[in-house]
Amino acid sequence: MIRTALGALLSHWRRRPGQLATLLIGLMLATALFSAVQAINTEARASYGRAAALFGGAPLDSLRAEGGVTLADYAALRRAGWRVSPVLEGDLRVTGQSLRLIGIDPLTAPALPSAIGAALTRAPTDILGTGAMAFTAPQTLATLEGAAGLPPLRAAEGIPPGRIIADIALAARLLGQPSGITRLVLAPEQPSNLPPIAEIAPGLTRETPEAGGDIARLTDSFHLNLTAFGLLSFAVGLFIVHGAIGLAFEQRRPMLRSLRALGVPLRSLIALLLAEIMTLALIAGALGVTLGYLVAGALLPDVAATLRGLYGAEVSGGLQFRPAWALGGLAVALGGAALASGSSLWRVAQMPLLSAAQPRAWARASGAALRRQALAGAALFALGLLASLALPSLTGGFALLAGLLIGAALILPMLLTAGLALGQSRAKAGLPQWLWADTRQQVPGLSLALMALLLALATTVGVGTMVSSFRLTFTGWLDQRLASELYVTARTEEEGAALRAFLAPRADAVLPIWSAPTRLNGRAAEVYGFADHPTYRDNWPILSGLPEMWDQVARGEAALVNEQLARRADLTLGQNLEILPGWSLPIAGIYSDYGNPEGQVMTSLTALAAQVPNLPRLRHGVRSNSPAALREALISDFGLPPDAITDQASIKAFSLGVFERTFTVTAALNVLTLGVAGFALLTAFLTLSSMRLPQLAPVWAQGITRRRLGQIELARSAALAGFTALLAIPLGLALAWVLLKVVNVAAFGWELPMFVFPLQWLLALGLAVLAALLAAWIPMRRLARTPPARFLQVFAHER
Amino acid sequence: MTQPLITASDLTKSFPAPGGAVQVLAGVSLTLERGETLALTGESGSGKSTLLHLLGALDAPDSGEITLDGKALGGLNEAARAKLRRQSVGLVFQQFNLIPSLDVAANIAFQARLAGRYDAAWATELAARLGLTELTHRYPEELSGGQQQRVAIGRALAGRPPVLLADEPTGSLDEATADDVLDLMLALVAETGAGLITVTHSERLAARFGRRLHLRRGQVT
Repeated sequence: MIRTALGALLSHWRRRPGQLATLLIGLMLATALFSAVQAINTEARASYGRAAALFGGAPLDSLRAEGGVTLADYAALRRAGWRVSPVLEGDLRVTGQSLRLIGIDPLTAPALPSAIGAALTRAPTDILGTGAMAFTAPQTLATLEGAAGLPPLRAAEGIPPGRIIADIALAARLLGQPSGITRLVLAPEQPSNLPPIAEIAPGLTRETPEAGGDIARLTDSFHLNLTAFGLLSFAVGLFIVHGAIGLAFEQRRPMLRSLRALGVPLRSLIALLLAEIMTLALIAGALGVTLGYLVAGALLPDVAATLRGLYGAEVSGGLQFRPAWALGGLAVALGGAALASGSSLWRVAQMPLLSAAQPRAWARASGAALRRQALAGAALFALGLLASLALPSLTGGFALLAGLLIGAALILPMLLTAGLALGQSRAKAGLPQWLWADTRQQVPGLSLALMALLLALATTVGVGTMVSSFRLTFTGWLDQRLASELYVTARTEEEGAALRAFLAPRADAVLPIWSAPTRLNGRAAEVYGFADHPTYRDNWPILSGLPEMWDQVARGEAALVNEQLARRADLTLGQNLEILPGWSLPIAGIYSDYGNPEGQVMTSLTALAAQVPNLPRLRHGVRSNSPAALREALISDFGLPPDAITDQASIKAFSLGVFERTFTVTAALNVLTLGVAGFALLTAFLTLSSMRLPQLAPVWAQGITRRRLGQIELARSAALAGFTALLAIPLGLALAWVLLKVVNVAAFGWELPMFVFPLQWLLALGLAVLAALLAAWIPMRRLARTPPARFLQVFAHER
Repeated sequence: MTQPLITASDLTKSFPAPGGAVQVLAGVSLTLERGETLALTGESGSGKSTLLHLLGALDAPDSGEITLDGKALGGLNEAARAKLRRQSVGLVFQQFNLIPSLDVAANIAFQARLAGRYDAAWATELAARLGLTELTHRYPEELSGGQQQRVAIGRALAGRPPVLLADEPTGSLDEATADDVLDLMLALVAETGAGLITVTHSERLAARFGRRLHLRRGQVT
């Protein structure tokens, strides 16, 4: 019995391969986009995990001190029995890329990446000392071939990309810090009864890394954004699946009724339908995961570049197949299919055995159902608003976005129906009256596709507005922030002093950019000292400040903080901030600092130098009327290497490049989502066209040609999509507002002004109409070529 | 003495309606012996189709008892009723209710396969007797009304059920085609020994059945 009944159910798909393809492609696309995002996130997090657990296993506690750990403290701790190992960290710029150099002591390190451990056992002289070799990730090694100024490098698995690990003596030489120790790593197992660290080295503070490390925490918001986009694409895909499954169930109502009448128990029937859907979901899910893997592979290099540019996070550009996200993708496909088929299965379970034999018009839904749906949409609006007030800011922001988008989508059919009813009431002639009424009748059948289109278009407008607003603000901000014509970096303190002397008579102004690391609000931050100069007073992008701000800061009596630190630590003007241990200053101003994930403080250069005597004095901004000539002089006369000088235009170009890459992934996902929505529209029109003949035949019989009917269908499709696009514009603007004023603030710590771009609206409108015209073209041609005999069959079959 | 194929006693059935429940059957009793043919006649709304649905275990009476092929329907759950329909009842609907995605051959074989009683030779013979041999690879939408009804009859008889219930099987056919279809049904029922109850509006057709039962306002007259 089961085999026969299943055969009958499956025969439906055999007879309608297009419908089967729609269902499979819809679910495959939904799964693909979602699992692509998951694959990217998983890969990135794996990289963070490797970085955080460099010494093998869980991240270890460290001891740090203001200005670095001294050799004396290290020696004292070792003598007291503490199992600590020194680490020296710094950045190297090689062939245009920034590399993190980590110097370790292989003999005392609590654990080592396996390649280093093996080399230590096999040939210790290879890795110990200043002449030893260093280790890096295979993909980093590939980018460093032939690079000058580096020791011999060997590839080692387990090292995160962008990092070089070397013996601490070698690292000290490369970084120019002969006796530098950044931190001491504490081995997890320590002998008992050791004297407290505070007694041996009172200047050291112990830090326990948070789960996942700083980078993982910093990038959480970025990954949340990606996940939200993945979910949106998945939701749009589910609209297709819901439509396809709903149609298949409605078309099979007579079959289901016959099966039951002929003796298939209801429970068996439901189980068979569920098994059928799950099997299809499994096939589509597997295809989707495969496609998602390919999409993720294509997008990952851009994501890696974004993470590097925005957060300094190194992520491998290559994608590994991980069973976890593949299984997750399959689970999502199965869950999505179950969700999309839930209402149809419920209707089958509730369907009386003796219900009407003919398929209930799939395209018909009662006015009451539309009102209920609109009410649910309004409720989602309200829930989103409530959630944004009640939940933490980022989660609340996304809840507001979800409520806004899904709520609007649910309200759309009701709005369309109301608009069409209004048109119908105004129409006087016969054909327009029929047109309005007939279009209204089609709305329920098209509603899922139109809802998907609304979501995709609103996202296009919303994300477009956000990115364009951001770009406009960012460009202006770069002009303010990068006021100096040249930026030069000395290699040593001595060279720095000589550089200042060289520049003094040749430049309009030399502006030192000296900084010291600190920790504020529990996170790494940087404190900068700057000279009092009109360059800052005239250009610095101040968001809010006290009246005497610049004078107070120049006197070393106040500090400026960047927006993200102010928001994160809830700082206000006038409030005291402990910038370094034992040194507090009131906040006199807050400035914008887009693209920087970390907190930043600016104060008087003199005051900072007094607090941090060993402040590195290497970087300088240089004001000059003839920067090209000065650059030439710095290279030829002073002997500074070219890569130590960066001009303003290069930095701006680099920053804008980082900015554009940041949104490459968003744009790609946006285009894919639009593609999914276009596909939804195409399948909806194709499906409806196959059911339209009984409605069109009487109109044809009364004297409207097939060609004219086809044209009317085309115009109607364009009008419905155009109306949807008009509604998508305000929705998109609302989305942009939430992104700029709520999500960005929570995710990145900065708020952006919102600008509107009417050309983007026209683009969305054009895209919608174009998608509808393309989608309606095939059914229109099919209709225009339908032989009259097919129309006549409609009357012949009427009973 | 053999037990009747169907025994129905004092059946009542009503349906909810906006103005209050409408009683469709008000104490109907009947029996059907093996090999017997019975025509159910009556005006529209007299309860003919409802009675047929109750006898075929498609619906349950409000009161009264039905025994079908030796089994009392009263105590059966949904699954048991489905099994009884599968094994013991051949149904022919006015709207044919063929499986649109299966071809003629698969539709004829369908219920027999569900019941686990598929006999390929018998199915082929049925198709031939019903004049469908040339059409076995066609789909229902490619058939005329008369052809579809013949497929429905073939499906009902392919599993050799003891009871055949037909709800206006010729209602949508012209007179000549209706005569052909009925001839075939009666001949095949006679050959298989099944009992047949047919709902019909036609006095002319009803006269060809072994017995006739007229319903009026839910009661046998």
